[in-house]
Amino acid sequence: MKVDVAIIGGGLVGCSTALALRQKGLSVALLERGFCGAQASGTNYGGVRRQGRPTEQLPLAQRAHAVWPKLKQLIGIDGEFRRTGQLKLARNEAEMASLEAYARTAASTDLQLELIGSRALAERFPWVSRDVAFGASFSADDGQANPRLVSAGFAAAARRAGVAIFEQTPVLGVSREACGFLVEAQGKPAIRAMHLVNAAGAWAGPFADAFGEGVPLGRIYPSMIVTEPMKVFMTVNTGVEGGNVYARQVERGNCIIGGERGLARADDADFSRPTGSAVTRVMQRAVQLFPLLKGAHAIRFWSGTEGAMPDKNPVIGASRTTPDLIHAFGFSGAGFQIAPGVGEVIAELITTGETTTPIDAFSIDRFSVDAALGSGAGVFPQSLQSRGT
Amino acid sequence: MSAAAKNPAQPLIVGAGPAGIRAAATLVAAGLRPIVVDEAPACGGQIYRQPLVPDGRDARARYGSEAPKAKRLHGEFAALQDKLDYLPNSLVWNLADGIADVAMNGAHKRLVHDGLILATGAMDRILPVPGWTLPGVFSLGGSQIALKAQGCVIGSRVVFVGTGPLLYLVAWQYLKAGVKVVAVLDAAPFSARVAMVKALPGFPAIVLRGARFVAEMMMKGVAFHYGINKLRFEGTHRVEGVSFEVRGKPRHLSCDGAGFGLGLKSEAQLADLAGCRFAFNERDRVFLPETDEARRSSVPGVYLAGDGSGIAGADAAELSGERAALSLLDDRGLAVDRARVGLLERELRKIFAFRTVLEQSFPFPAHWIADLPGNTTVCRCEEIDVSTIRDAADHFGIVEMNRLKAVSRVGMGRCQGRVCGAAAAELLAAATGQPISAVGRLRGQAPVKPLPMSFAELALPAIGEAAE
Repeated sequence: MKVDVAIIGGGLVGCSTALALRQKGLSVALLERGFCGAQASGTNYGGVRRQGRPTEQLPLAQRAHAVWPKLKQLIGIDGEFRRTGQLKLARNEAEMASLEAYARTAASTDLQLELIGSRALAERFPWVSRDVAFGASFSADDGQANPRLVSAGFAAAARRAGVAIFEQTPVLGVSREACGFLVEAQGKPAIRAMHLVNAAGAWAGPFADAFGEGVPLGRIYPSMIVTEPMKVFMTVNTGVEGGNVYARQVERGNCIIGGERGLARADDADFSRPTGSAVTRVMQRAVQLFPLLKGAHAIRFWSGTEGAMPDKNPVIGASRTTPDLIHAFGFSGAGFQIAPGVGEVIAELITTGETTTPIDAFSIDRFSVDAALGSGAGVFPQSLQSRGT
Repeated sequence: MSAAAKNPAQPLIVGAGPAGIRAAATLVAAGLRPIVVDEAPACGGQIYRQPLVPDGRDARARYGSEAPKAKRLHGEFAALQDKLDYLPNSLVWNLADGIADVAMNGAHKRLVHDGLILATGAMDRILPVPGWTLPGVFSLGGSQIALKAQGCVIGSRVVFVGTGPLLYLVAWQYLKAGVKVVAVLDAAPFSARVAMVKALPGFPAIVLRGARFVAEMMMKGVAFHYGINKLRFEGTHRVEGVSFEVRGKPRHLSCDGAGFGLGLKSEAQLADLAGCRFAFNERDRVFLPETDEARRSSVPGVYLAGDGSGIAGADAAELSGERAALSLLDDRGLAVDRARVGLLERELRKIFAFRTVLEQSFPFPAHWIADLPGNTTVCRCEEIDVSTIRDAADHFGIVEMNRLKAVSRVGMGRCQGRVCGAAAAELLAAATGQPISAVGRLRGQAPVKPLPMSFAELALPAIGEAAE
């Protein structure tokens, strides 16, 4: 099979890139070791927020911000995206000072923030405990969406647009040839592509290594809780400064609560679960912060596997060693909102060689890690094993 | 478990039905002090469930021919009380790395354990049909609990429908309790019942008891229909009747209560959380945790007993509970009676062979799936119907169960797919033209059952070595 672009990874980044490339008329093959959107892209909290991001991410977040309201046209479903606003709470003066400092930094950007004192907080958001919350920073244009639907929606839209999507297809080896790339995948004929996109999330490390670009990519596992449906009271997406508890309520009434981290499963390290101790601590915090949760039942906990970088910024951009190779991974638990923007940026990079959105801060060579392999070609025995049921 | 290496923690048994009680008795006899956690207020499991409050009925009235076994097990467990730690009304909601998270009287407790015997039992296997969520339609197990534990009945004119031995047992128990049993409707064709002839020599008592139930019910005017199709429960605010087809002819019966069930399914979520490997079981069309004859799971120190790892009934549960406990003792380097081990395994093999014949006699009506109207509720927690599932699979190109859950919400609600999972798998397999084994199974997630958000505020003191 010969295509213009081969993409490794069927998460939101891979699928939104694939869709954007098809819209520009390129032929695309996408290889996914499991199922599209089944990992970080589909299991995350669902916050669609620019607030709190490091300033270097804000231009990209702003670009994505323009995509979210157009999901219905783009992928055929709105993905339950709602511009509800995002409220970040401070529980003490130090946290409030931190929110104020961030607001000053963001003032020169497109992100509009409103600082709220304790009295106004109680009036406008009476479901937040006055005993716990001290003040807040409110971003009226941020919001929330359903990751399960958005990630699956991008994959389905890419497939409908003519992307050749191969699920349950681990990539066994990639190499640069005289003209383009050779991608060898389990159980599939070899794929030859002019461009290669490494969007393999937590599994992206070996594909960077293969081209002499070792990166300190780690894994993190969000820890999520969902309650049974309740009367809607939580009108905005809410978090606390520091991030050890955050919550939103969907229209159906379920409250989704996150905080702390899960662990990889002993029997299958590609999957993860929350720990009993972390969820009980987060439930405790959530009940203290949102007293209406006291009477609710938690019905399910879950986690996912996310790639994470030491500086919490993703790797996005052209390879420094290999022409026509682009990396986009390591979103460090904050990729959901920006992913649709990343897809556009990569499609620009491939078709024009440049992008209008500044991404220099996400360059892969910002880390001085010795390349593990650096041979310019690689085979990954660790990815040979396919996932059992 | 490394922390427990120097001073071994107590073994933990989850479930106090026939398997859990036998396992506990075996461990105590060997000098260990197990912790037994059970959701019910009193021991006995589903089959030997005890009443919430005394209702004046004796064991014979409550358990019929199984009364001696029930009394023996209840008595045996009562006699063990100072030799084990028994936590009734308690839910193990998560398992990981030698720690069990337990919700107990609305509070949180963590148990460190060394050796885990899962005797988690079974629940009704359901296939949704139109009207199955109407008030007055109960599962067969639920109908039995009402009678056994609560001393009440599900209606005054009742139809029992489904398949499996429980269908006939519950109908007969209702008849004995003085309820008008209108009819017994079996999804299996009568011809399937000839398989029972094969079971007669090995298990004459069980086969003949079933035949006696039918004969007694026929004498009392209960109607029997076999090989029924297109089942639907009807009524506006509650069930008023049931419609079905027999040999292509539509039939209707009036009733004010209905018991419905298609055999049993294992409660295997804790085995999943414990990391046990699962394998597809062709006979029961379901994924089950793997276990060897010694009842060891794929995870060292985790043993599987009773119906929770494959349906075999209460007698097998007792045997496998004891067998699992002997494996635990063996793995701790304690002496085990090899002759007893051989006897238990032989008896279990005989029962498993009989079970295969039983399942042939009462086959699961997977073909009903094709007839289901699109507006039939499949997942009642999340209110997802048949066409929503079919459309979601089609729109998103879904071929696997966890992806189906992600895009349709089926199995995401309070029961986490315990009720609707099997039906959703059948639907997805049919919609995608795959065998049921290929669509996979829903990955288990904690909590096994819903937890009050506020429970974490109250942490209970530890039993044994429990600590973080």
